[in-house]
Amino acid sequence: MGSRPGLSCSVTLNTSLTPEQRARFQDVDQINHLLDSAKTVAMVGLSSDRQKASFFVAGYLRDEGYRVVPVNPKADTILGEKAYPDVTSIPFPVDVVDIFRPPQDVDEIVNQVIARKEKGIDSPAIWMQLRIINLPAAERARAAGLTVIVDKCVKMEHGRYRGGLHFAGMNTEIISARKRKR
Amino acid sequence: MSDRPAPRKFGFETRMVHAGHVPDANTGARAVPIYQTTSYVFDSPDYAAQLFELKQYGNIYTRISNPTTAVFEERIASLEGATGALAVSSGMAAQFISLMTLLSPGDEVVASSHLYGGTVTQLKQTFQKLSVKVTLVDPHDFAAWERAITPKTRALYGETIGNPRGSIFDLEKFAGLAGAHKIPLFIDNTFATPYLCRPIEWGATIVLHSATKFIGGHGNAIAGVILDSGNFDFSRFPSIAAPSPSYHNLRFFDTFGHYGFLMKARAETVRDVGACVSPMNSFLLLQGLETLSLRMERHVGTARQIARYLSEHEQVAWVAYAGLPSHPDHALAQKYLPKGPGAVFSFGLKGEGAQVREDGKRFIESLHLFSHLANVGDVRSLVIHPASTTHQQLTDEELAACGVGPEMIRLSVGLENVEDLIWDLDQAFHALSRSIRA
Ligand SMILES: Cc1ncc(COP(=O)(O)O)c(C=O)c1O
Repeated sequence: MGSRPGLSCSVTLNTSLTPEQRARFQDVDQINHLLDSAKTVAMVGLSSDRQKASFFVAGYLRDEGYRVVPVNPKADTILGEKAYPDVTSIPFPVDVVDIFRPPQDVDEIVNQVIARKEKGIDSPAIWMQLRIINLPAAERARAAGLTVIVDKCVKMEHGRYRGGLHFAGMNTEIISARKRKR
Repeated sequence: MSDRPAPRKFGFETRMVHAGHVPDANTGARAVPIYQTTSYVFDSPDYAAQLFELKQYGNIYTRISNPTTAVFEERIASLEGATGALAVSSGMAAQFISLMTLLSPGDEVVASSHLYGGTVTQLKQTFQKLSVKVTLVDPHDFAAWERAITPKTRALYGETIGNPRGSIFDLEKFAGLAGAHKIPLFIDNTFATPYLCRPIEWGATIVLHSATKFIGGHGNAIAGVILDSGNFDFSRFPSIAAPSPSYHNLRFFDTFGHYGFLMKARAETVRDVGACVSPMNSFLLLQGLETLSLRMERHVGTARQIARYLSEHEQVAWVAYAGLPSHPDHALAQKYLPKGPGAVFSFGLKGEGAQVREDGKRFIESLHLFSHLANVGDVRSLVIHPASTTHQQLTDEELAACGVGPEMIRLSVGLENVEDLIWDLDQAFHALSRSIRA
């Protein structure tokens, strides 16, 4: 839905980040741009249990046209896609590394992403899901030149900017008098 | 990205006319279109399946969601500072659906005894049939609330501005009590509206409205709303957190997080109970919301003048308006409702027993501008004499027990010229004194 150029509303609900941290790690335009441009999303910690939140998110992203790459050392395939044991093992470039692991596991994931960037494989955005907050790792990734989103659900954000969340009666906090883009 | 202004938190009045509605790509219609449709064509069979499994957001059937209603829902959520909203067919339905979503047989609720009479009946009688026990407690007796809470208590319940004496619920204190017991606080904010008070800012979890009243504001549509703060941890509540047999064991709180309660209320309770709002009514409620701040300012301004006029009148025994310094909850009103404690209040005629009951009837018969009916929160001023209408079967003793004396008259102050309203009351008092002399 985001009408160009950029939205000017602030999105403040459902996060434990401070306003300064939100400005760094939850930029409305950056999220919207990422959702527009990304094609391949590696999901670290994607579960093969169909009732887990990560499985819901993966199915949703796939329906919305993204390629989902499972990263899970305990699975061979999830949702018909080959799973990799860690980020380093993915043999092709990805656009987003979406993290569904506890905060203490985020440091190592960020290390692997930065190493990929240094080797020139890719330069994916790092996305820490809702309540997965590791700010030192986020700062490190940012200093290495990566886009970083923290404490947001990628499905909810996609729903926020594409209208789906609105149809469920939720408060998207989007205020705009401009026509929606087609 | 660098040439745009810093993100802005838009003010209440801006959100009142914009929140929830971005003009659509095809028509650009500026007013909110009325989607008067029962159902929606699916993109594909696979997509339909995803919708039914709640894996995709989207519309299936207007009993569950509707694009006009969604605008109303998002707008009221924005105004209350809620994470989302669910609009339903009436205020009573909002209460029933929100509590049904949370409770299981054997659970208990502790509620304020200063509630709308219809709510008391629903809580005490209908919920009792469902094996839910509701204990009503005086909102001024905090120790009694602490005593009433048991390990089975699943929620606390109150009204921002209570019936029938305009008492003010101490939101922050009760939110603290609910928090200490890890249970949600439900607040009916009907009489205040989000313009005068936003209970979520004081710690409420679930906010309810009879949108029939000031939100619609024009006395033309019945509807209700359920809002969730999004701040409550429902993981201890099996009704929200346990696997749902009707959705392949979906765990709503796990999967939808801060949207879990409302998703469950919509996709299960409203789906099964069926108390949905009509798209036309959602449109009327939106028309109401767009002028909410303007109307409420006038409603409370006029109410304050009328309350003052009545409090100085020699034929008036008492006035129960928390905006007056004489009201026991005046300090609470200043804390929670600094713009004014609403526009619905009651007063008592001087006199006793059968005589004052008759006087009440005669007073209402003499009015020309106040409409005699059973509603509140209309642009028109309304009046009712509970002892001869809603409570007419009760004896004087029974009336006293529920705080409704035979001398009580309730007003809902509308948007007419204030001098005209005072003129109307004045001539009714004159008619009364003439008939008493006669
Ligand atoms: C405070 C309060 N709550 C709830 C209700 C019930 O609302 P509705 O009539 O929309 O079902 C009313 C209506 O009279 C009310 O005054």
